[in-house]
Amino acid sequence: MAEKAVKAKKEKIPRQPMPEQEPQVRARNFEEVPLGYTPETAMEEAKRCLQCKKPACIAGCPVEVDIPGFIKLIKEGDFTASIRNLWSKNSLPAVCGRVCPQEIQCEVVCIVGKKGDPVAIGNLERFAADYERAHGSGALPPRAKLTGKKVAVVGSGPSGLTVAGDLIAKGHEVTVLEAFHKPGGVLVYGIPEFRLPKEIVFQEVNFLERQGVKVECNAVVGRTVSLDELFVEEGYDAVYIGVGAGLPRFLNIPGENLIGILSANEYLTRANLMKAYMFPEVDTPIPRGKNVIVLGAGNVTMDSARTARRLGADKVRVVYRRSRDEMPARTAEIHHAEEEGIEFFLLTNPTKYLGNEQGRLTGMVCLKMELGEPDDSGRRRPVPIQGSEFELECDLCIVAVGSGANPLLTQSTPDMQLNNWGYIEADPETGKTTKKGVWAGGDIVTGAATVILAMGAGRKAADSIHQYLTWGW
Amino acid sequence: MFKIIKREEMAEGTVVLNEVEAPKIARKAKPGQFVILKANEEGERIPLTMAETDPENGTITIVYMIVGKSTALFKTLQVGDSYQDVIGPLGKPTEIEKIGNVVCVGGGTGIAVMHPITRALKEGGNHITAIVGSRTKDLLILEEKMKQASHELLICTDDGSYGREGFVTEALKDVLDKGDTQMVVAIGPVPMMKFVSKMTAEYGVKTIVSLNPIMVDGTGMCGGCRVTVNGQTKFACVDGPEFDGHKVDYDELMLRLQAYCEDEKRCYDDFCLLKPEYAR
Ligand SMILES: Cc1cc2nc3c(=O)[nH]c(=O)nc-3n(C[C@H](O)[C@H](O)[C@H](O)COP(=O)(O)OP(=O)(O)OC[C@H]3O[C@@H](n4cnc5c(N)ncnc54)[C@H](O)[C@@H]3O)c2cc1C
Ligand code: SF4
Ligand code: FES
Repeated sequence: MAEKAVKAKKEKIPRQPMPEQEPQVRARNFEEVPLGYTPETAMEEAKRCLQCKKPACIAGCPVEVDIPGFIKLIKEGDFTASIRNLWSKNSLPAVCGRVCPQEIQCEVVCIVGKKGDPVAIGNLERFAADYERAHGSGALPPRAKLTGKKVAVVGSGPSGLTVAGDLIAKGHEVTVLEAFHKPGGVLVYGIPEFRLPKEIVFQEVNFLERQGVKVECNAVVGRTVSLDELFVEEGYDAVYIGVGAGLPRFLNIPGENLIGILSANEYLTRANLMKAYMFPEVDTPIPRGKNVIVLGAGNVTMDSARTARRLGADKVRVVYRRSRDEMPARTAEIHHAEEEGIEFFLLTNPTKYLGNEQGRLTGMVCLKMELGEPDDSGRRRPVPIQGSEFELECDLCIVAVGSGANPLLTQSTPDMQLNNWGYIEADPETGKTTKKGVWAGGDIVTGAATVILAMGAGRKAADSIHQYLTWGW
Repeated sequence: MFKIIKREEMAEGTVVLNEVEAPKIARKAKPGQFVILKANEEGERIPLTMAETDPENGTITIVYMIVGKSTALFKTLQVGDSYQDVIGPLGKPTEIEKIGNVVCVGGGTGIAVMHPITRALKEGGNHITAIVGSRTKDLLILEEKMKQASHELLICTDDGSYGREGFVTEALKDVLDKGDTQMVVAIGPVPMMKFVSKMTAEYGVKTIVSLNPIMVDGTGMCGGCRVTVNGQTKFACVDGPEFDGHKVDYDELMLRLQAYCEDEKRCYDDFCLLKPEYAR
């Protein structure tokens, strides 16, 4: 009887809502939208976890974070032990708690979610990391005896940073080479401030630097230095390539070079890396459209649309050729976008851009689509409806329809095998490429994917690199 | 940080030369390649083709005209000051081959970019006629260097204050009329490259131009630098900056260069109010 009462009480705790900036307010600023749990709400939410014997959530996590473990420690108020637990599997919990698609990974399989809302695993992860940043000792993790081996990590995105962190702890010398003038990869140039404050990324990089990782910016591998020179001239023993999928895809339809059509990469790089939303306090400008269309339906699309809104657009429309069910963005981002008044034009495909004599964009011609048979990706293929052309007006269009493999580095290394799409061939278990001493992982192997998959690949590769440096290829 | 070790003003202070410490870039750079520079934390990333590289001393030289806020800000940097960021070498180098008689046409700061290419073509065994132009005598730069890098130097000024009066295209026409030119390289303002290419197309002479669209990363990541060449979209930062002059859509390039003209003007005007001594 007593036990039953406790159980009933347990079920009553509702999922603790995440406090957020009001949509009308946040649509005009670049500050973070979710404000984070307080220790009290975090402990309350942590109570909802049933501490399953066979936790489905762990199986759903690409890096197998000990989810019930870190949640239990939050429940007990031992936040320091909780973050330690998280770190043992995930070196960037403050980032992952914010940007992982929990709704298709750990939370979707959470038992509590079978009847009602799942445990807010992402929010709790974020809480533990934020609490540590604000209150932690900042003590460095222990470092193994120095090995005298040198590793170069090319690219400072989540994948490269994970490798750097793991290998520095194992006693190797690690240098991260980054093409941009600031480290962080997509976390810095792509994902906006209002979703992932840049300060968090810089602190993570700084944490690595304090452990001894050297970060060299403005180093374009393939131009400033070649992959082979890293071995021959600079004396590295192993190289990890985590250069991301930095090649913007366009639609290749007439009028695409009109002024006012930008790739999401360019638009977001201007906004985030160059802080162009502060123009003219900073020198990099960014087009401020009044009537904006963003093409695509992924996280990049939502980020671009919400950035345009914050830069003062009256109207922001997302144009996507499939239906809502196929939209790949995180549910929370679609929801946030809608709250901010962004409209969705689904089953719509542009066929041509329209411009004026000054070469500036004025609109686009679109076709209505309907869903046909499933394609290779398992999603139903959109097919155009004959004669359904119509025009949409706009003065700015952000093309966020995906990205490909940037050939800058790979084209200069003929002895490293690529697949048909230009991505690097790497062993899924070890990250080894076909070139001796070279590993690769993250978006440059898988195509544009997620932060956590890029980190997972980095962790496996770091293990394999460590083995190589200890025992050989 | 990338320290400036030499600074010269030219063309009545409208053009500035900086020699900058950048050993890694200097070791790798080849004629025709460019760097991206950023003066400070708030600065914009500005692409400039290198005018000189010195691998032994580990320096590169850039020459820029004051056209807006960012170049005006560059101008404030003195010897001993540093650029926060310099990235490079970027773009494909000029293809240096022995072709025969080559005409190198340079206008404005394009002359500075043209200089190492001219020299390399000469060293590569070609006979070089160089044609350089400016609006007026006092704005002409690098005359002496271009003389040394070529076999014959023709100078044109729009107002006739020095050398031949008129545009570089007029001098070029005379050279082309001789009928022994195998290749023309033209670097300068877009209209100049457009008219040079138009003329050489009539003569059927192969022409190389170096394009300068707006860029962000310089590594093929953003597509901001796209230009239409032979009806196809190319990224100037990785596919160029040099292209077949007869195939470039110059009108589109000129329009695209205007993308931020209002923002640039605003930014520049603000700067000039603060530092009138550095205005152009
Ligand atoms: C706008 C946007 C939003 C996203 N939102 C989410 C999200 O909410 N959740 C999620 O899980 N994922 C999201 N993603 C995807 C996620 O960011 C990527 O999958 C992840 O960052 C890939 O990591 P990476 O380490 O492989 O590469 P990247 O993060 O792309 O980092 C690669 C780095 O390498 C550098 N580099 C490239 N070439 C060279 C070279 N030749 N020499 C030296 N350095 C080089 C690049 O400048 C870059 O800094 C988003 C992506 C974008 C663009
Ligand atoms: S599945 Fe849900 S309830 Fe079970 S351990 Fe994981 S988070 Fe807790
Ligand atoms: S400058 Fe970004 S792709 Fe060329």
